[in-house]
Amino acid sequence: MPKTIVANDLRKRYGDVQAVDGVTLSVEEGEFFGILGPNGAGKTTTLEIIEGLRQADGGEVTVLGRSPWPRDPALLPKIGVQLQASSFFERLTAREQLRTFGSLYGVPDRKADAMLETVGLTEKADTPVEKLSGGQAQRLSIACALVHEPELVFLDEPTAALDPQARRNLWDVLRAINTEGRTIVLTTHYMDEAETLCDRVAIIDRGRILRSGPPAALVRDLDAATRISVASGVLSETEARALPGVDDLTDDGVSLVIATRDPSSVVAALAGRGALDGVQIKGATLEDVFLELTGREYRA
Amino acid sequence: MSSFQSLARAMFLGFRRDRGALFFTIALPLLFLLIIGGIFARQSTPKSKVLEIGAVPVVDQIPAEMRAGIDKSLKFTKVSDRDAALEKVRKGDYAAAIEQSGDRVVLHYSAADQVKTGTVQGQLDGLVQAANQAASGRPPKYRLEGQQVEDRSLKPIQYITPGLLGWALASAGMFGASTTLVTWRTKGLLRRLRLSPVPIRSVFAARVAVSLGVALVQTVLFIGVATMPFFGLKLAHYWWMAIPMVLCGVLAFLAIGMLIGAWAKTQEAAQGVTQIVVLPMAFLGGSFFNIDDAPRWLRVISEVFPLRHLNSGMLKVLVRGEGPASVLPQMGILLGFALVATLIAVRVFRWEQI
Repeated sequence: MPKTIVANDLRKRYGDVQAVDGVTLSVEEGEFFGILGPNGAGKTTTLEIIEGLRQADGGEVTVLGRSPWPRDPALLPKIGVQLQASSFFERLTAREQLRTFGSLYGVPDRKADAMLETVGLTEKADTPVEKLSGGQAQRLSIACALVHEPELVFLDEPTAALDPQARRNLWDVLRAINTEGRTIVLTTHYMDEAETLCDRVAIIDRGRILRSGPPAALVRDLDAATRISVASGVLSETEARALPGVDDLTDDGVSLVIATRDPSSVVAALAGRGALDGVQIKGATLEDVFLELTGREYRA
Repeated sequence: MSSFQSLARAMFLGFRRDRGALFFTIALPLLFLLIIGGIFARQSTPKSKVLEIGAVPVVDQIPAEMRAGIDKSLKFTKVSDRDAALEKVRKGDYAAAIEQSGDRVVLHYSAADQVKTGTVQGQLDGLVQAANQAASGRPPKYRLEGQQVEDRSLKPIQYITPGLLGWALASAGMFGASTTLVTWRTKGLLRRLRLSPVPIRSVFAARVAVSLGVALVQTVLFIGVATMPFFGLKLAHYWWMAIPMVLCGVLAFLAIGMLIGAWAKTQEAAQGVTQIVVLPMAFLGGSFFNIDDAPRWLRVISEVFPLRHLNSGMLKVLVRGEGPASVLPQMGILLGFALVATLIAVRVFRWEQI
């Protein structure tokens, strides 16, 4: 597989802060790649270096075989970058906005209008950007990043501040874009989002990549307990503790939760006792991996 | 559409739909012109009112050709009550009262307003002399012939129009450039444009083109209104030289605005600093009063402001009737301002907030 992005030992320092401290990563063509990390982990700076907005202090990066720094007008049409939902011309309607950005790449108006439909904003075509809702503005900013049909798309927290419906709607849009063969690099705080969308993720903190790989593989590697919960009362605590494979157990009066690394034995035993009322089985998620790697303490 | 055209179009639409900007660049300066110009346009010396007690043959029998001249400055009112008439003069309601008994003509006046009294006295003295001369039956030996010379002193509307226009252009240009640059940077539009393959100079060229266009609209509207009969601005022969003059001026203002915008981190800072530059510049640049009347040191200080040079150039071509070549120094100075400010702005310029 040809590599779309190859970054090797990227470094960037702002004053006393080593924002990026030796990031090495590669993204393959057509891949949906996620960069995860707490605030201030160095995600944004890493992306900015790859996008060609900042010059790295050290390391090399190539994007589609070219160096993004200094500004390369031959590379720029091949990449699309979604920016804050406010990066628009003032007082222009959604359609005018998209047509203007399209024209910067020589995209005809009709194609820009089609992109408006792709992100489901046809009805808002004549609405000034200032009057769009958060989700609509977010979708418009994605449309602006896609209007020139780039091979590589960068999305920075595309679903931040969206309601659940808008998020899911946007996920569909992103999957569709990826299915067309475009490579997508996404940063997000939402682990469920990364788990659902990304082929591969890199978890980054303090300017370094802590781990990378397909979300499912990272979760498996974590070797975390599965949590099986049933309604309280269907089984006494003593009975439950006697089940095979039980590591830990809690009962809060609503649910009896069993932590186990051998979920099949536990479920089989529960089924044998007819105690599966209201059963919920929760495996470890990417969030567990993330918290395991980056720590649980709150960072202001 | 080329990217330059579509960028210019986007920026123009943004301006046209911005009621605040329209108000400050177009409506407010016109309002100023309306108010200030209106005050001065109505300002003419009122006629002196003179009471005529009983019959005053020297006044009543003024020859027709003299009458017209007298009526321009004096207004006679006939009364019969002498005491009441004198009381009115005493109170200052009338400039003077005149009465005649036989060959004796008496003028009663108050010395409160000496200029007015002097005018009235002179006029009436002339009347009496004319009557004397007519009575002698001989043709006059000496004749005073009046010849009007071209008036070089400026009437208020003549310096107010270029002055207010200059102020309008300066604030539109500077505020436009400084706040646009900061907004574009804080909102990420600058980054967006930088990520597109369009040459950055096209982006700035489009912004400059839109500003120049807006400035021309301001100029046309402004001069159009000022030349209406109510305001009475008379354009000099080479008035069209105002166009290149305005373009040079706006380039200088845009460059200074860009410099402020390149330096300022926030919208508030950009606006504040622009205001600090625009307001003193408008006063010292001679936008609100005739700077030629100011003390010499003030005139020297005013030279550091580009608006001063725009205003004096505009006065030359719009009002004073000087030829196109006369404003070349001013245009050169303005372009110099533009060049220097641009060079500094390029050095100070930042793409990103941090």
